[in-house]
Amino acid sequence: MAKSASVPLAAGSAPGHSKSPVVAKTVVLEDPPAVLVNPPLVLNNRSLGWITDTIAGICEKPMPAWWLPTFVASAGLMGMMYALIAYLIATGVGVWGLNNPVCWAWDITNFVFWIGIGHAGTLISAVLFLLRQKWRTSINRAAEAMTLFAVACAGIFPVIHVGRIWYAPIFLAPIPNSNMIWPQFRSPLLWDVFAVSTYGTVSLLFWYVGLIPDLATLRDRAKTRIRAIAYGIFALGWRGSNRHWSNYEKAYLILAGISTPLVLSVHSIVSFDFAVSVVPGWHTTIFPPYFVAGAIFSGFGMVLTLMIPMRTLFKLEDVITERHVGLMCKVILATGSMVGYAYGMEFFIAWYGGSPYELYAFKNRAFGPYWWAYWSMITCNVISPHLFWFKWCRKTMWFVWLVSIVVNIGMWFERFVIIVTSLHRDYLPASWGYFTPTWVDVFTFVGSFGQFMTLFLLFIRFLPAIAISEVKGVTPQADPHHPLGGAKEAHH
Amino acid sequence: MSSTPKPYGLLAEFETAADIFEAAIRVRDAGYRKWDVFTPFPIHGMDAAMGLKNSPVGWFTFIGGFTGFFSGMTMIWYMNGFEYPLVVGGKPLFTPLFAFPVSYELTILLGAFGTIFGMFALNQLPRLHHPLFNSERFRRASDDRFFLCIEARDPKFSEARAVLESAGAKAIELVED
Repeated sequence: MAKSASVPLAAGSAPGHSKSPVVAKTVVLEDPPAVLVNPPLVLNNRSLGWITDTIAGICEKPMPAWWLPTFVASAGLMGMMYALIAYLIATGVGVWGLNNPVCWAWDITNFVFWIGIGHAGTLISAVLFLLRQKWRTSINRAAEAMTLFAVACAGIFPVIHVGRIWYAPIFLAPIPNSNMIWPQFRSPLLWDVFAVSTYGTVSLLFWYVGLIPDLATLRDRAKTRIRAIAYGIFALGWRGSNRHWSNYEKAYLILAGISTPLVLSVHSIVSFDFAVSVVPGWHTTIFPPYFVAGAIFSGFGMVLTLMIPMRTLFKLEDVITERHVGLMCKVILATGSMVGYAYGMEFFIAWYGGSPYELYAFKNRAFGPYWWAYWSMITCNVISPHLFWFKWCRKTMWFVWLVSIVVNIGMWFERFVIIVTSLHRDYLPASWGYFTPTWVDVFTFVGSFGQFMTLFLLFIRFLPAIAISEVKGVTPQADPHHPLGGAKEAHH
Repeated sequence: MSSTPKPYGLLAEFETAADIFEAAIRVRDAGYRKWDVFTPFPIHGMDAAMGLKNSPVGWFTFIGGFTGFFSGMTMIWYMNGFEYPLVVGGKPLFTPLFAFPVSYELTILLGAFGTIFGMFALNQLPRLHHPLFNSERFRRASDDRFFLCIEARDPKFSEARAVLESAGAKAIELVED
């Protein structure tokens, strides 16, 4: 049907106009000034078919030459981690550098680090969905996958740090122990079990529900019977029916609605692991919002670390545009500022609260034996995000990538600083100590990156790394009322 | 095309979102009941164009979430306040306050299960096969084409071809069961 720049004003569509004696027959739509127009979410006016071919093509064609060596290296690191875990279980937690005041160190640091990274995926998929931030569609699939893989890495550490790991099912499940005593629900550590396992489960469901239409696309495009059956089983018979879309969209909206308080609650509860204790340096009410902001900060850092190489290596610049990267940089800037504020406020309250132990813990953090960790954290987390005030910094991909790595390093140090510096000097100088990691500590953590990358590489090998149906839905061609609703003018 | 006598429905193909949107309005206004639109992504406003009611998925969420919250509270009361009461730190044996975080997570967990399984139940998914998959053309419903199918069990099926043609279908095909 013909489209023109003028559309008839439907009666009653604009309240107030109907009372007016003079009603214009037509309203002329003028183009808004260029400065107000955002760049499109899919560049070069790509057609719907191009979107399918490009994104589904990644997991249909053979992987590029770099994929296999990277995969083998990552899988090797993952194997090393599991070998070290076997060594740990066979020998005992003494293979780590833990000592008496510092009885949580790299294990819980790594746990909080990974679970924090996982927060960006749900934030992008749920919070940005509720806020109608359409740019999320290009990045939500990979960010949600990253969430799942980060949670899979996070889950390892609390399980293996318990020492006698064969009792872990009793610690985790709500079943009575050998003395018939039930788990203690006043403990934030048990809340954490429920929070993290709910988070992992709901993230998996959310990710899978989002994948179903795209799995149907892969099933319909399959060239071999094995692919058709494999993708067909997981597509669950999806056929794009609008009667289904209607329920699907409602379910997706509700999932976004209930995942939003979930994502905020998970890192709040992780912070309760510390804040509910009475250890100076941990016992602060600022922890829940500060941990959530830090989690989003580190999560977006990791999203950028993964997305920038991905968009270049798979030539996805038209789908993950400079605008997408720039917006993620702004999220990093905002959450990084919140984290910086929290660091300052912690110091202020340590002084203003008047507790000498609290003040000592913070002075010791900045100027004690772990000063190097504290100032690494400040440099990475407080200074580096402010580079993103400058447009050049947000537009230059290699630079954004470097800053994203710095953010990840800084957020690991944040957790290390919170955990180890608060523990290493107890109330009595007789129980002061210093934590040094052993080679087992270091390589177990390095190996967790291997697991993360292995899972992510498998994901881009077998599943569409960008939400095909959602990206189509934000193109002008998808809007039946847009002049381009025709899609014919689009390039293929 | 002539081996099985039982038709499933008449499948019409459209090339653009605007075309399928207009066609859906026409088919709705012609009084059809057993018909559906198939699109690679949800089209904004299509529910109204098809005359669909608001999806009832939310009720499943509510049932799931309600179950989660109260099973969490009951579980914690039973374990810590009733079956093996144990005073810890001089705190009450049971209060909804310390039971809240876990009950809250269970609200979300079971609410999410309710939402997703409710959505699948309403959609009658998963299913391994559907008559529309017999159509080679229909494969593009997940790519860049838009389809409208009027089922043979609709009382006005005999006039369906004329309606679809007048709605501007690019191709019309009879799909067999």
